[in-house]
Amino acid sequence: MLNVVMIYLWAAILLYLLLGGADFGAGILELFTRRANLARTRKTLYKAIGPVWEANHMWLIITIVILFVGFPAIYTTMSINLHIPLSIMLLGIIARGTAFAFRHHDAVVDDMQIIYNRIFVISSCITPFFLGVIAGSAVSRTIDPYAANFADAYIFSWLHWFPLAVGLFTVTICGFLAAIYLVGETDNALDKGRFIAKARTTNTAAVISGALVFVAAYTENIPLAAWIFDNTVGVTAISLASLSLMLLWYYLYKGKVRIIRLLAGFQVSMILLTLTYRHFPNIVLLKNGKYLSLLEHRGQDKTIEALAIALLAGSIFILPALFYLLYSFQQKPKAPDSVKEKYTG
Amino acid sequence: MDDFLAARSQMALSLGFHIVFSCIGMVMPFFMAVAHYKWLTTHKIVYKNVTKAWSKGVAIFFATGAVSGTVLSFELGLLWPTFMQHAGPIFGMPFSLEGTAFFIEAIALGFFLYGWNRFNRWFHWFTGLVVGISGLLSGILVVAANAWMNSPSGFDYVNGEYLNIDPMQAMFNDAWFSQALHMSLAAFVATGFAVAGIHALMILKGRNILFHRTAFKIAAVFATVAALLQPLSGDVSAKDTAKRQPAKLAAMEAHFHTQQSAPLIIGGIPDEKNNTVRYALKIPGLLSFMVHGNFTSEVKGLDQIPANERPPVAVTHYAFQVMVGLGMVMFFIALIYYTALWKKRKWLESNWLLRLFVTATPMGFIAVEAGWTVTEVGRQPWIIYGVMKTADAVTPMPGIIYSFYLYTAVYISLAVIVTFMLYRQIKMVEKLYDIAPPDKPSNP
Repeated sequence: MLNVVMIYLWAAILLYLLLGGADFGAGILELFTRRANLARTRKTLYKAIGPVWEANHMWLIITIVILFVGFPAIYTTMSINLHIPLSIMLLGIIARGTAFAFRHHDAVVDDMQIIYNRIFVISSCITPFFLGVIAGSAVSRTIDPYAANFADAYIFSWLHWFPLAVGLFTVTICGFLAAIYLVGETDNALDKGRFIAKARTTNTAAVISGALVFVAAYTENIPLAAWIFDNTVGVTAISLASLSLMLLWYYLYKGKVRIIRLLAGFQVSMILLTLTYRHFPNIVLLKNGKYLSLLEHRGQDKTIEALAIALLAGSIFILPALFYLLYSFQQKPKAPDSVKEKYTG
Repeated sequence: MDDFLAARSQMALSLGFHIVFSCIGMVMPFFMAVAHYKWLTTHKIVYKNVTKAWSKGVAIFFATGAVSGTVLSFELGLLWPTFMQHAGPIFGMPFSLEGTAFFIEAIALGFFLYGWNRFNRWFHWFTGLVVGISGLLSGILVVAANAWMNSPSGFDYVNGEYLNIDPMQAMFNDAWFSQALHMSLAAFVATGFAVAGIHALMILKGRNILFHRTAFKIAAVFATVAALLQPLSGDVSAKDTAKRQPAKLAAMEAHFHTQQSAPLIIGGIPDEKNNTVRYALKIPGLLSFMVHGNFTSEVKGLDQIPANERPPVAVTHYAFQVMVGLGMVMFFIALIYYTALWKKRKWLESNWLLRLFVTATPMGFIAVEAGWTVTEVGRQPWIIYGVMKTADAVTPMPGIIYSFYLYTAVYISLAVIVTFMLYRQIKMVEKLYDIAPPDKPSNP
């Protein structure tokens, strides 16, 4: 049962990165869209993420619930020492969700749209950045539960080059996923071409910021290279990811929507696998050389069992419904049923 | 303000904010399902317009409720890490299931909001209903988790350790049913009266009469049925509280001295120093009757509770009086409404009945906030009743006050924007949703 819970935890993180990430990325791309194309980009974006955005963000809730029910020590340590980046991320989530709903459901379209748009775009960048910072902090041995002063306990637990670089990397990954996703969501060749170009730019940016993560790791003595290259799983995964990168550029050139989506998803999965495999079962590496482990810092057996059953039972309802939602909004709408309308009360 | 008070204030603010949006998010889908059903069966366009107008509002409220709920799942840890470290594995079951219910709700909402003219009409209608059902389930599950804090079960507390955890027993604790029933009905009362009141106001203003009358009727029926049932569920809750949390009941009733034939104290100013209530109306024996069904039974007073385990009496008592008072007002409005429906049809045409509903617009939500205050403040100083004190659960991080200021600013801005948008929705009804038939120039 513990394995079931751990698989769900990893899958929820991956799905949040992929689906939530593409969702954040849509806002990031909007920031880098020329004014002349903005209206069209917003329309495409709304059509693409409108029906699914709330569902995309549920993976974060699933992740957090698994953590606080199954692995409370991990949840509370992160909550205490990463209070500040978590709070900023939460404010970003509030701002982004509401701004997106407001701009599309406000009955009057006027200058308020400028405010909604600005909030949406800025929070779309800030939120994944801090998600990355949090993930980076978890493995950089900067969290010190026994710190004596405020700065060491609550600021320098995350304010380092490595977490910041991971934050930047996350933002570029999100932008990349969004561009890849939107290539298939346009109804004309012009926009398709624009999103293909954006996919190339963001992919390049992701590679560069990925390199920055290595630089930051090197300057802060984080053995990132060893984590990836001293084990077969890491080496295989990273080689496959690099190989698929080449394929991706080729199919991007060809404009094959389904293949590039699969390849992009595959790449991100491989990156997450490499970054998590080496530490497993440890999730948080602490400053004092200790760690918080999924195996050692878990709830009692009955809790884990109940959690696993809840997750499995939930999937029976969620997964088919979710697939149908994602699938059906990819299809062209059928002609509306004609109904004779009556105007009297 | 010290960090502990700041943390409590921030939690109260976040929950007080979220509760409004979640009530609307779990009740409005049922109103829409009725209007939508009428549209599909009668083809009267006014029903389609009401459904669409409401669904715009729901999209706004749902998004705000969803993000404020996401924030809460983190805030539990950010503000109360010690509590979550021990409570998480015990009362996590309703949260795990709520994750599913909430997920289904979000998926169904996607189908419903974006599915017009896209799917089979009855499938589309069904997805709207699923939004309501899963929303209601989410609400019930979250309340079950809160009920566990009032009525902890499903573990043995031995020498400061939490042993033999049984998550199912924790979920089905003694308080879950009475609390969930009371909260669900409250959501229908509050949302129903708020929606009915707004539409009543528009009818009085003489705008888009047919549209607003249709909307008013659906909301008013839901609101009044729930308002008539709510006192019964309140009675169940009070009896239950008296049994499990005598300190809370005593604080609610400002009942300082244990006595037989205990009087029901209405209003008044509790004086916690001298253990008396001044200027109150006292009805002899009624509290004994309400709690034990017998006018002479003994009711435990605050004097039986150690001083350091007593909740703040004044706040709990005032909040309770506000909740019950408003509940009774809405109960009588409901009686009048049914008298009008069955016996006095011409009252329905009169302005005074509509004015009554306009006056009641905010009452349900004020009662919800007051009731929430009763259950939370009345549980103090405990976060897990009888097991862990709230003060021992708070985060060690200093400076929570700044976080509280920030959240206050954000939530106030959001409340202002949402109100402003609601105002604009109503103003635009004429243009967007009250379309005259193509051959006639204007609406009646």
